[in-house]
Formats: sequence, C-alpha cells, structure tokens
Amino acid sequence: MDALARSFFLTEIVKGFLLTLKYMFFVPRVTINYPYEKGPISPRFRGEHALRRYPNGEERCIACKLCEAICPALAITIDAEEREDGSRRTTRYDIDMTKCIYCGLCQEACPVDAIVEGPNFEFATETREELFYNKEKLLDNGDRWEAQLAANIAADAPYR
Amino acid sequence: MDWMALWQDYGIWTAWTLLYSLLIIVGVLLAVAYYTYAERKVLGGMQRRQGPMTVGPFGLLQPIADGLKLFSKETIIPSGAHRVVFLLAPMMLFALSLCAWVVIPFDKGWVLSNINVGILYLFAVSSMTVYGVIMAGWASNSRYAFLGGLRSASQMVSYEVSMGLIIVCVILCTGSLNLQEIVLAPRPLWMQALLFPMFIVFLISILAETNRAPFDLPEGESEITGGFMVEYSAMAFALFFLGEYSAMILMSAMTTTLFLGGWLPPFGMEFLDFVPGIVWFAMKTALVMFFFLWSRATLPRFRYDQLMRLGWKVFLPLTLVWVVMTAFILLSFDALPS
Repeated sequence: MDALARSFFLTEIVKGFLLTLKYMFFVPRVTINYPYEKGPISPRFRGEHALRRYPNGEERCIACKLCEAICPALAITIDAEEREDGSRRTTRYDIDMTKCIYCGLCQEACPVDAIVEGPNFEFATETREELFYNKEKLLDNGDRWEAQLAANIAADAPYR
Repeated sequence: MDWMALWQDYGIWTAWTLLYSLLIIVGVLLAVAYYTYAERKVLGGMQRRQGPMTVGPFGLLQPIADGLKLFSKETIIPSGAHRVVFLLAPMMLFALSLCAWVVIPFDKGWVLSNINVGILYLFAVSSMTVYGVIMAGWASNSRYAFLGGLRSASQMVSYEVSMGLIIVCVILCTGSLNLQEIVLAPRPLWMQALLFPMFIVFLISILAETNRAPFDLPEGESEITGGFMVEYSAMAFALFFLGEYSAMILMSAMTTTLFLGGWLPPFGMEFLDFVPGIVWFAMKTALVMFFFLWSRATLPRFRYDQLMRLGWKVFLPLTLVWVVMTAFILLSFDALPS
C-alpha cells in the first residue's frame, strides 16, 4: 500500500528532480574553463624536461650519464667529450619525448640538478619529429622556465 | 483588370500566408538552435559542468558553429539503403514537425490557420512523425536502425492512446476543438484540479511521444548505438535533429495551449494584461521545454518492458477512468460547456 502510494504520487521522482535543480542552481561548478583558466600545479609536477644553467651561464650538466643509465624507457641518449678548458661536457643530449614516461627518475638521479622536469605540460606538436628534443631545445627550455624551476626546487627542498 | 481582381482575391492572401509561414519557420529554427544550446547548458549545470563556453561569449555561437559543421559535411548513403526512402524520411520528419505550427495560437488572433478542428489536426500531424522514423529505420537496411524504428513505432502508438484520452478530457471541459477557444474557455479552480493529474500524465506522455529521455529507447545509445538514425550523417542527420527538437518545442506549445492557458497571464492575474500575450506564451512554453531537459538530466532510461507496462497498464486505464469521471462530474454538476 505504501509502495503503491509512493509510486502513484511520484514522490521519489519528484525528489530526484529537486536534487538536479539544486545542483543546477546552488552547487558550485567543478570544471574550469581550461585554456583560459588553469588548475593549481604542485611544485613536484613532472612536465616537460629542461636542462638548467648556473647563474653565470655555464651549463650544469657534467655528462655523468646517470640519467641515461636510470631512464627506464631508454629515452635519453648522451654523447660526451672533453672541452678545450678540460671540463667534461655533453656534445649531444637527446630525449625522445615519445618514449619518455615522465617518471622523474632522471631528475632524481642528477647530482647537479641539471636535468629537471618543469611545470609545462602544453607542448603538444603537430609532428612526431618535433618531439625528439635535442640539447639546444632542452637548454632553451631551461632558460625559458628557469625562474619557476628554481622556485619549485626551493619549495621542494625541505622534503629532500 | 482580370489580373488585378485575381491578385486582390488570392494574391494578397497568398503573400501574407507565405510571409507568416516564413516568420514561423525562421522563429522555430532559431528556437531549435538555441534549444540545443540550452540543453547543453542545463545538462552541464545539473552535472556541475559549464557547458559550451568557447565559441562566442558564453558559447552563444555554438549552435551556429554546429550547424555550419553539419552543412559542410558529406551525406553518406549506405550502399544497401533504399535511396529514395532513405532521403525522404528525414525530410518528412522535419516538414511534419513544422506543419503542425500553423494551428498554434501565439497570441489572441495570432494564428496562421484558425481551423475549428485545430487540436485534431495537431494530434494527427504529430502522430505522423512516426512514419518518418519507421521509414528511416527500414530504408537504412541496418539492424540497429530497424530495431530503433520498430521500438519507436510501438512506443509512439502506445503513448498516443493515452494522449488522445487526455485531450478528450480537456475537450470535455472546454467544449471546443478550436485551440483559441480552448485557451479562452473559463476554467474554475475545481476544473483545474480535475485536469491536474492529466497534466502530469500528459507531460510524461510527450516525453515518450518525442522519444526523449527517459523514454529515448529508439535512440538507445548504449544498446542500439544510435537507433533509427545510426546510418545518417551531415544534413540528413541535421534534419532529424531539427525535427526532433522542433517536435519537442511543438509539444511544449501544445501543453501550454491545452493546460497552461496559452497567451493569458498566469493564474488569471489580470493586472499583468499589459504584457504582450506572446511573451506569456513563450515563457510558459520555455517552462515546459525546460522540463524536457530537466527530466533528461534526472532520470535514467527505462527498460523496454517497463515503458510498455507504463503506457498500457498504468496510463491507459488511468486516463480512461479519468475521462469517464470527468464526464460524470461535469454532467452531475451541470457544468458541461454548451
């Protein structure tokens, strides 16, 4: 009898209708208007790679090849040579971004904080070839994002 | 001289009719375009999303962009399809859903064709949309489309029965088949109370009649992919879409005319008479249109046997009893309109 009355007066359906009405007018939206608004990103966010420099312009990388060794996807390729002043530097530092799994092990392995993963995740390209990054591109990324990269490393330092 | 007389006899009338028809068609098509936008916004709002935001301010140009996209695509005709019927079906559906607008009174005297059997015409034309759907389902020569067509046919036939009986109830109370007179017929409070349950049943029936959620089994994305329109693309698909949405708006206008007092101010508030009647008509219609979207956001799709059970075992006896009861009450209180 109770069930009959409930189905006859549509109480549950009316409740559902009121719920959706409440959601439309009184509950805030959870999505953001993406290309114009962006969500917050953690300082540990692992996005596009960058090779950093010291403040005097010298590149940090010492070609120890630890990142190449630890990379689980074998995305990093490094060739090294002695420079005129006797320091060991890379002549080639390639990352195949189509292989990279963004695990962050390269930046963990790096003893001089040279290779890091930055906050940028909007580096989609139109061709596959553009995703084969070379040393020039990575250093360029480092110069472009340096302020934020340094801030992120400083913010994360107490936990290391 | 002869031509002049002919012009005065028929030409002016034809010209005005064409002009009015054009006005109605353009108005309905614009309403359809922004109804799709409203649908996406309302569904988005009820699911805590934003809906379209990119094309134009607040995404207001989105329906135009969608239309352009559909216009510029290629209409694919499957090799196994019956070409003529395949292309005729969407045109028929679309044309029929526009046809019915001629008898809808937008304001006092604002009706293209003030025929005395307006409600029967409306009912007949809206029932004929089922042929478009069956034709599409059969001509596509596809299993999914055929199943969708069959489902649509039985569903629309089932719910038309109760819709017809509800209309009989309204006609009993108003004593006319002319839509303007139905709107203007006096409705005391007890008569409104008597018609209220029929109003609810009518709202549910128009959902089934226009194949909208929760009765959208002919489309049934999750089981028969796209139902009767699974093989259609580009402009033919757009015609189905336009037909479906203008049928929804038409059903909303029909509900407004039958139950919500058409162009009259709500609740008989006469001091609001200064507002043009078409504004009231549009607002009431928009309210029913919102109900379509609201129920789509709220209710999950019915199972097919539940749909049939609701139509034949609940609505049909209920409306039948109500017709008899309405007639009995009107007769015993001597309130039958003469």
